[in-house]
Amino acid sequence: MIDACMDPTSSEGERLPIITIALVSAAALAYEVLLMRLFSIVQWHHFAYMVISLALLGYGVSGSFVSLTQQWLLARYTSAFCANLGLFGLTSVASYLLVQQVPFNPETVLWDWHESLRLLLIYLLLAVPFFFAANAIALTFIRFRGQIAHAYAADLLGAGLGSLSVIGLLTLVLPLSALGLVGALGLMSLLVSTWELRLARRALWSVLTVAVASALVLVTQQARLELSPYKELSQLLRIAGTDLVTEISSPLGLLSVVESKQIPLRHAPGLSLMAHHEPPAQVAVFSDGGGMTVINDGNAEPASYHHLDQITWALPYHLFSPQKVLVLGAGGGTEVLQARLQGVAEIDAVEINPQLIELVRGRYGEFSGHLYDQPGVHLHAVEARGFVATGAKRYDLIQLPLLDSFATSSAGLYALNESYLYTVEALTTFLDHLTPGGYLAISRWINLPPRDALKLFATAVAALEQTGVADPGRHLILIRGWQTSTLMVKNGAVTPEEVEAVRQFAAARAFDVSWFPGIREQETNRYNLLDEAHYYRAARALLGPDRRWYLVEYKFNLTPATDAKPYFFQFFKWETLPEILALRTRGGMPLLEWGYLVLVATLLQALFVSVVLILLPLVVLKRRAAQQNATHKRRVLVYFTAIGLAFLFIEIGFIQRFILFLHHPLYATAAVLTGFLVFAGLGSAYARHLAQVDRHRVGVGVAVLGIALVSVIYLFLLGPLFAHLMAWPIAAKITVTLLLILPLAFCMGMPFPLALDLLGRDAPSLIAWAWGVNGCASVISAVLATLLAIQFGVHTVILAALALYLLAALSLPHRGLHRANQLRH
Amino acid sequence: MATLLEHALDRRNFAFIFMMMTACRPAFASEIDDYAQHRAALIEEITADVRATASYLGRRALDPRVLAALGEVPRHEYVPPRERFRAYRNQPLPIGHGQTISQPYMVAVMTDLLDPQSDDRVLEVGTGSGYQAAVLAELVKEVYTIEIIEPLGRAAEQRLQALGYTNVTTRIGDGYYGWSDKGPYDSIVVTAAASHIPPPLLEQLKPGGRMIIPVGSHFLTQHLVLITKNRDGTLQTRQLLPVRFVPLTGKHD
Repeated sequence: MIDACMDPTSSEGERLPIITIALVSAAALAYEVLLMRLFSIVQWHHFAYMVISLALLGYGVSGSFVSLTQQWLLARYTSAFCANLGLFGLTSVASYLLVQQVPFNPETVLWDWHESLRLLLIYLLLAVPFFFAANAIALTFIRFRGQIAHAYAADLLGAGLGSLSVIGLLTLVLPLSALGLVGALGLMSLLVSTWELRLARRALWSVLTVAVASALVLVTQQARLELSPYKELSQLLRIAGTDLVTEISSPLGLLSVVESKQIPLRHAPGLSLMAHHEPPAQVAVFSDGGGMTVINDGNAEPASYHHLDQITWALPYHLFSPQKVLVLGAGGGTEVLQARLQGVAEIDAVEINPQLIELVRGRYGEFSGHLYDQPGVHLHAVEARGFVATGAKRYDLIQLPLLDSFATSSAGLYALNESYLYTVEALTTFLDHLTPGGYLAISRWINLPPRDALKLFATAVAALEQTGVADPGRHLILIRGWQTSTLMVKNGAVTPEEVEAVRQFAAARAFDVSWFPGIREQETNRYNLLDEAHYYRAARALLGPDRRWYLVEYKFNLTPATDAKPYFFQFFKWETLPEILALRTRGGMPLLEWGYLVLVATLLQALFVSVVLILLPLVVLKRRAAQQNATHKRRVLVYFTAIGLAFLFIEIGFIQRFILFLHHPLYATAAVLTGFLVFAGLGSAYARHLAQVDRHRVGVGVAVLGIALVSVIYLFLLGPLFAHLMAWPIAAKITVTLLLILPLAFCMGMPFPLALDLLGRDAPSLIAWAWGVNGCASVISAVLATLLAIQFGVHTVILAALALYLLAALSLPHRGLHRANQLRH
Repeated sequence: MATLLEHALDRRNFAFIFMMMTACRPAFASEIDDYAQHRAALIEEITADVRATASYLGRRALDPRVLAALGEVPRHEYVPPRERFRAYRNQPLPIGHGQTISQPYMVAVMTDLLDPQSDDRVLEVGTGSGYQAAVLAELVKEVYTIEIIEPLGRAAEQRLQALGYTNVTTRIGDGYYGWSDKGPYDSIVVTAAASHIPPPLLEQLKPGGRMIIPVGSHFLTQHLVLITKNRDGTLQTRQLLPVRFVPLTGKHD
């Protein structure tokens, strides 16, 4: 295939291969999103985040590589370009299939650092495809340096389309097949390039490319996803008689359905030690190989459902008889079944994944006793917070059951995930939708030392205070078993009769009471003994004047999450780290909230690699010739680092705001990502005109001013605007979102191509280096933005971006500065 | 006399293990000495580690018999050959089939919390490599252990037989209903992940008996749940952090 490219028909009449660039960018971005999905399935989400961030440094490697080899490569541009395209297509599939063969378990690194060598191998393998894609683009920038803005526009537009197409792909085919198709798309860029660059024998090579692409698709059809043996799904499938009956893919996750023929599943987390009955037959549904939910046999003996009354979140039904119940996160329907058995007349159930609802209705309709089609049961395939916020209905009971699996929750792996369900604003919204005397019930896993339940308690106190409640303690009930806790927040004061009912419910099930109005310490910590009454004491402190002191002194972060800092699962405190590290071998390792530490480790690794990648070409090039002066290079470095960081800061900062507005993470990410990329592409195309009339500085100045102005307006405007438009239909909301992104992204698309165009005129040898600097900065940016958002909130991330853009505007390399210096020498 | 006899038995055991090892693959006496040395060093490390934790767990000190039992059991025999080089590091190790052998520190703490006595009968749900069963077998009269994953259970059975543990009985199958015809038990260890504690297991616990359940992932034990059955049949649960760690830094007045 490389030979085919060795025969450029003309070098003078060559056109910019604009469609090829768009296609390879589309494939590269689709590949990135797909890798994230694949790794979330075979490993865990936080780990996926780290691996893919590091793999994206392939862009940085490419910058350094092309910097050092550009003379040689440019002399044979067509061959080099085509070779890189072909290699991208091939390695995108091959790298992943090879990575599957590397046995690696993230937790083992904590015990033995040697394991990190395997991690390094995974990084290296996955960086390869990105390296090739980036080479093709960088070479084109240099080769067609007069049309950089155009090429960059194609790159961005292609990426925008890539992000949309991968979502489509994941809806249609299983993730591994999608990988084959993305690899094939990469090869299609090679096919198109042979025509765009008018190569000889292009028909022959087109046929060959199609053949190889088909082979890639076939290979992935045959291949299997190798899940980590420690994932919940793998664990269950080890047991004799279990059968993976079907897999259903969507961008929301891969659903795997498992039936167990010999040994019943008996899934009943949080079951009281007093319970004697076995749960009914169940079918397990996993999302991305974890987060198991079950569909219960709906036609079993009444005694089989006894367990639904022996868990902490059965408590609400013992305090009153709710008639209108809302279940947030219905899953396989356990809580819907529970409500029906309690005689609830009207049940609204929200489940974000429509395929899961369809599974319960269709394939398991009869098995589940047509649970989701019973009179009075209404299913809503939407996001929970959005459903409540946009609806006008009020409920007697809002149930927020256990939504995540214990394994991931307990190790602090959700630290990086934004969750808009457990913020102060979310709880306020839920409370607003309760009938007078109604209850909100939220259940969490128990961890030790206590974290989840206490942070939730603090969040509820803050939410009650925000709604104007003078004495929040009178509205709260907290109970715990050996495995789960349930917090109840009442729209009204808890009555003495209700307190008595709580006492009886808990005593009959060996659950501990940790808070209700008028509780005494002697009543707490009786059945599931802790070394002291942590839960009660924390509740008392969080309700009283000691709150601030308690939040400071507690060794984990219990400060309530807010919409601006939506990290409920972030419990990590730096102050505690030394103590935990000292206790590492003495059973202290699990205290590490390592979701957060993984993020820090990612940043450190990315920084280290970036510095090496950025400095390497400088050191080598220096020896070759002192072509550029130091000031110039410094300005290039600062400029491209600043805009690389700032672009993603803004994008990530605003994605969070838009998720809250659009609610559905899928719509939000697709609309915002595509919007930013496509509109920035348009901005880049426009920048071309400015470059042609030599107005680089003006262009950058205006763009930065525009970004600053729009961002500041949005910081103030979006909150009230979104509140106003919350009830609009989703299509209208997406349109509004895109219109809001348009001016911002348009301006953001300009600084990069304008400066590259300047370099193209003054110092073309620095183009590849600047491209690499920008690549490294983008990787660091994504990680840093999350760390900043966790620490200081989303607003700070956006403000930091504005400062960086300002810095960029000030450090834009001077036109002619470099030439003047050369003359002087 | 008894000690002499025991000594002789020990020596025979040792010879037997040695023969087994040479039968499986060429081994050198020096290698076995190395393992013994590493094991001794590990026990020393654990002894130091648990000293502080023991009082925190509500015990004066760790039972020296538990540490002695850990010193007797050749952990390298319970891990796959490729993991042997680190068999005596104080860390959990993969044993295949998505399972692990626990961190020796955690085995020491859990075994100690069961308060094993020489005439005890113990049930284990989740045999895994068989290591925990072997440690218990050094301390109690009879150990019954159930493994749900067949190849693991078979391997553990052969291993325990080869190492001469006549007081361990293994079974392949579902541990939910325990092993009622051999019960009731003085203690029960539930190492297999379960969404809840199976009621039949609680029934098979003797009054005064103890059940221990590690909670967490395969490589990280978050905390331990210790259930005690009182003389009157009621249950008491303790949730224990296997580490000396107080979540509040200061005391407030």
